[in-house]
Amino acid sequence: MAELAEHIVKSFEQELTRLRALMTDMGGLVERQVALACDAVLARNAEAAVQAVESDPKVDALEREAEQFVIRLLALRQPMAQDLRHIVAALKITGELERIGDYAKNVAKRSLVLDQFAIPSPLSGIAHMSRLVQENLKAVIDALGENDADKAIQVWRSDEAIDDIYNALFREFVTYMMEDPRNITPCTHLLFIAKNLERIGDHATNIAEMVYYAVKGEPIPDDRPKGTSPAYAVVPPSE
Amino acid sequence: MSQTMNETEQPPAMATMQARSAETLGAARISIRGVDFFYGSNKALKGIDLDLPERQVTGMIGPSGCGKSTLLRVLNRMFDLYPGQRAVGQVLMDGVNILDPGIDLNQLRSRVGMVFQKPTPFPMTIYENIAFGVKLHERLSKSQMDERVEWSLTRAALWDESKDRLNTSAMGLSGGQQQRLCIARTIAVRPEVILLDEPTSALDPISTLKIEELIDELKEDFTIAIVTHNMQQAARCADQVAFFYLGELVEVGTATQMFTAPREKRTQEYITGRFG
Repeated sequence: MAELAEHIVKSFEQELTRLRALMTDMGGLVERQVALACDAVLARNAEAAVQAVESDPKVDALEREAEQFVIRLLALRQPMAQDLRHIVAALKITGELERIGDYAKNVAKRSLVLDQFAIPSPLSGIAHMSRLVQENLKAVIDALGENDADKAIQVWRSDEAIDDIYNALFREFVTYMMEDPRNITPCTHLLFIAKNLERIGDHATNIAEMVYYAVKGEPIPDDRPKGTSPAYAVVPPSE
Repeated sequence: MSQTMNETEQPPAMATMQARSAETLGAARISIRGVDFFYGSNKALKGIDLDLPERQVTGMIGPSGCGKSTLLRVLNRMFDLYPGQRAVGQVLMDGVNILDPGIDLNQLRSRVGMVFQKPTPFPMTIYENIAFGVKLHERLSKSQMDERVEWSLTRAALWDESKDRLNTSAMGLSGGQQQRLCIARTIAVRPEVILLDEPTSALDPISTLKIEELIDELKEDFTIAIVTHNMQQAARCADQVAFFYLGELVEVGTATQMFTAPREKRTQEYITGRFG
């Protein structure tokens, strides 16, 4: 879409700029929170875990601030067309970011519990997954900052790979649990960690959808290919 | 033209209600095809093609001088009153081009009524304001005329406020009441199409909302075109919105489409307050 002229009312333009800044600040904070949480798990870094948990209230506060700001803009400016779309998208996107922050916090907390257990295998699967999730999160926050619908659609498409890894990890962890009951506690935590990372990927996808809608004025056209859900996965017991 | 009140006071037309909820536009009541308009040698409208869907509201928006009021004045040949103004092209109503020189203008204007920006009550009683136009077109008995006056004022949401003072001067009404009286006067001759040229620009917000509510009710029976400078008003009232700029129709679509995702850059810039 061609770049539009500036608003005749400058203060409205400034408010939209501020809303965008609020969103990208929040995005940056959440990105860091996820990075810390992943580091806490993979490097057994308790300090990172504490930081990830402690930054959550700030994310929540930013979400509330964005929400109040959006309500004010809707009431006072009565935005139309792309302004309306961007403002409504901001409301939803900050909600998604807040959820991502919650999942990151949960991952960080579980990492502290995991530290007390021997892990049955190297965490290469989780490491791979966390890398993809972080790449997607970064890409979608960039797309958000740059109003880049093409980049948003790429994020939306690449979520499938994350789902596939999650399915593989699900089977892997269940297998470990069946091998040795002592693996049950750490592997349950690892399963939840993988699930949380998978959910973070889904929320990044939701943000991609909102960015696309805000920029283009229509939903992303095609249905995303969906892999098999781990909800139906069966790992047959070995004799 | 001597239907009884019961026949005209129908329940809301299902077709209209469905059309509204589905956000689709109905069949055209008026079809504008390739209309150019000239003030002397100045071309004020350029090749306009637009349909006014039956029993729905078409909002016309655009910056001052874009031609939206001009187009409204074409639709009931109001411009014929002024020398040097002419329209070419076709405005089709039931397959007849109303721009044809042979058209009976009085009859046309009884089919296509118009309400103006400023309330223009005649310096007569409220009752006579309504009866005046009706008498030009129909011969009614006293009781029939009483019924028609009551029906018009009721449909214009003015009956309760005026029924005890029908024989007092219309000039004693408030601005909002006067505008509703003008709408009552317009619908009293039972037109098919109502043209509203910035009908609320001289009114306070509550009177404005009353007129908007009235428009919503009137579209059960009439096809409506409204010119407005107030974008929110177009968003609230219109089913279809047409955006004009420099005498051209830039974009037309459902109100939802136009106000959430307009296609043309100029429309986007205008309705979001970036130019105009």
